[in-house]
Amino acid sequence: MPENQKQPEAVRIADTVATDMGTQIDSPLNTGVVGAAAIPGVGTPSPVGGRLRDFWRIVTVNRKVTIGFFIIVFFVLVSIFGPLLVHQDPNALSNETLMPPSAQHWLGTTQTGQDVFAQLVYGTQSSIFWGFLTGVAVTIISLVIGLAAGYFGGVVDDIISLFTNIFILIPGLPLALVLAAFFPFKGLITVSLVIIITGWPWNARVIRAQTLSMRNRDFVESARANGENIWRILFSEILPNEISIIMAGLIGAVISAIVTSVGLQFIGLGKATDVTWGTMLYLAQNGDALFLGAWWWIIPPGLCVAFVAAALSLINYGVDEVANPKLRSEPQPKKVKAKLAAKAEKNEKAVA
Amino acid sequence: MRYLLRRIGFYLIALWASVTLNFLIPRLAPGNPAEILIARFQGRIQPQALQALELQFGITNQPLWQQYLTYLNNTLHGNLGLSITYFPSPVTTMLAQELPWTLGLTFISLLISFILGTFLGALIAWRRGTFLDSLLPPVFSFISAIPQFFLALVLLYVLGFMMGLFPLHGGYDNFVTIGLNPDFIGNVLYHSILPAVTIVVVSLSGWMLGMRNAMVTTLSEDYVLMAQAKGLPESQVMLRYAARNALLPNITGFALSLGFVVSGQLLIEIVFSYPGIGFALLQAVQNSDYALMQGIFLCITIVMLIANFLVDLIYVVLDPRVRQTRS
Repeated sequence: MPENQKQPEAVRIADTVATDMGTQIDSPLNTGVVGAAAIPGVGTPSPVGGRLRDFWRIVTVNRKVTIGFFIIVFFVLVSIFGPLLVHQDPNALSNETLMPPSAQHWLGTTQTGQDVFAQLVYGTQSSIFWGFLTGVAVTIISLVIGLAAGYFGGVVDDIISLFTNIFILIPGLPLALVLAAFFPFKGLITVSLVIIITGWPWNARVIRAQTLSMRNRDFVESARANGENIWRILFSEILPNEISIIMAGLIGAVISAIVTSVGLQFIGLGKATDVTWGTMLYLAQNGDALFLGAWWWIIPPGLCVAFVAAALSLINYGVDEVANPKLRSEPQPKKVKAKLAAKAEKNEKAVA
Repeated sequence: MRYLLRRIGFYLIALWASVTLNFLIPRLAPGNPAEILIARFQGRIQPQALQALELQFGITNQPLWQQYLTYLNNTLHGNLGLSITYFPSPVTTMLAQELPWTLGLTFISLLISFILGTFLGALIAWRRGTFLDSLLPPVFSFISAIPQFFLALVLLYVLGFMMGLFPLHGGYDNFVTIGLNPDFIGNVLYHSILPAVTIVVVSLSGWMLGMRNAMVTTLSEDYVLMAQAKGLPESQVMLRYAARNALLPNITGFALSLGFVVSGQLLIEIVFSYPGIGFALLQAVQNSDYALMQGIFLCITIVMLIANFLVDLIYVVLDPRVRQTRS
């Protein structure tokens, strides 16, 4: 359901941006940042100031984006450097079972005496890494399919669209579940593959629509007239102008990759020896962690998932607000404020 | 009319595609249900029985296309094979038992969350920029980002285990007689409160934000200003002028979400051991019960197709533009 509701917003951003981009066809393709900088309200990037400053302005232009960005940076840092600082094997068993948090075990231990904090740090690494990797893969596939359908049109479009629409109808989680159950081997790759197979249709549809509207713009026509080959037209003429919609799609794909993989692993479709947030929850649930009162085993991984997903959706909402000022929570108009102040003054006088 | 026929054609193709997918997935994987059953009963079934079991499960060495035709024929006649978990009851019997639980629980909670969320969304759009507007959206966006099953676990722990307010698992207690008596109905309702609350809380924010954003647009329309200028009471302007026109996208969203009635809450059912489709799917996965798994998958897909078809019908009725452009 949330996916369904996000899509129209993404399309809306794309429309706003696309009209704005019409005048800036030459903006180079570097990172998503440049595309986002063209969102109205952010201002055009200064040519001398450097990428870093532009990037900083985008991060700080909206409070939601700022908060989300720093949460994600925190988790990325933990997943890069965390395992270097934790000198404990997350799978090492010990005799100290189900210990509550203490100085020695910051987040207590599991039923088999593993250190929950060490598991959480390693779990963060693999969940974040695989989440982003899967999200990127889903985005690339939907990009290729969407571009092809939108640009070539005709029979190609008809066939691809039929295929996409059918896949949109087939519910993703149950299909992923059945696929994962039938896969001959279990593990992180299986979970990731299954999510890639089931996750592409929504983004593909959005990108197709956008490409369709882009196909007959003047700059594409002129590229065609210049005899540029199809790959160049697709990937260096059309693609850069869809960057913002692709970024929104990418963020959505990463969220759903992380949440879906945790869900699949929670049901037991992962490999129990892989340390991830999902398998931690699976083992905790199977070990009856809650009913043994071992909240320190089951709460932290769940909270991590919640924070990462919330941060990513904050970024998406924030970008949405920048693109569509109507959605911002408006400060009160001056008149109302003056009225309120007058009222307060009156009350004060009455009290005095 | 042509529009409807085209849609029906599309749904038939989609149905065929998912049935075929259902046929192909297990055949791409190694092993077959008879072997799994024998492995499950470790030594208690003679290996000689393998062939008999294979016959019973309809496993043959026929060429693939022949198997496919048999499969299509069976599916058309509602024969989805035998469940291993509940051997030897047919999958269709299992589905008939579990479907009402899931439908009842999720439909009612979705309805509650839709009404509540839409109303809250209208309210915070009306009071834009106030405390309520700056508090509710971020709080509910955070809650909706929490994985559903995790929220379910936390609620189960706090309200069920620590405070003992609600039962810890199941759809009803074993001591009540099953039937249409007040005891049983009360017991079922009591068991469904916690799962229902989870579903409502998780899905509320979508409706709320959707309604808020739609209402923000209608609030800037001239007729709202006109209504205010006429001096109509606030509640009337808010509900009958602004909210009424902002409601359309949310209604579409609600009709679409009916498709997820069966599939959306699988994990919540699993956490509460609620006797519905999701819980059955978990057991099917744990027991490698492929027939049951496929049956559930097919059932979920069909519900999805029907819901989408209903949306198309509703569109034709509600939105005159669809009727005019297509005919």
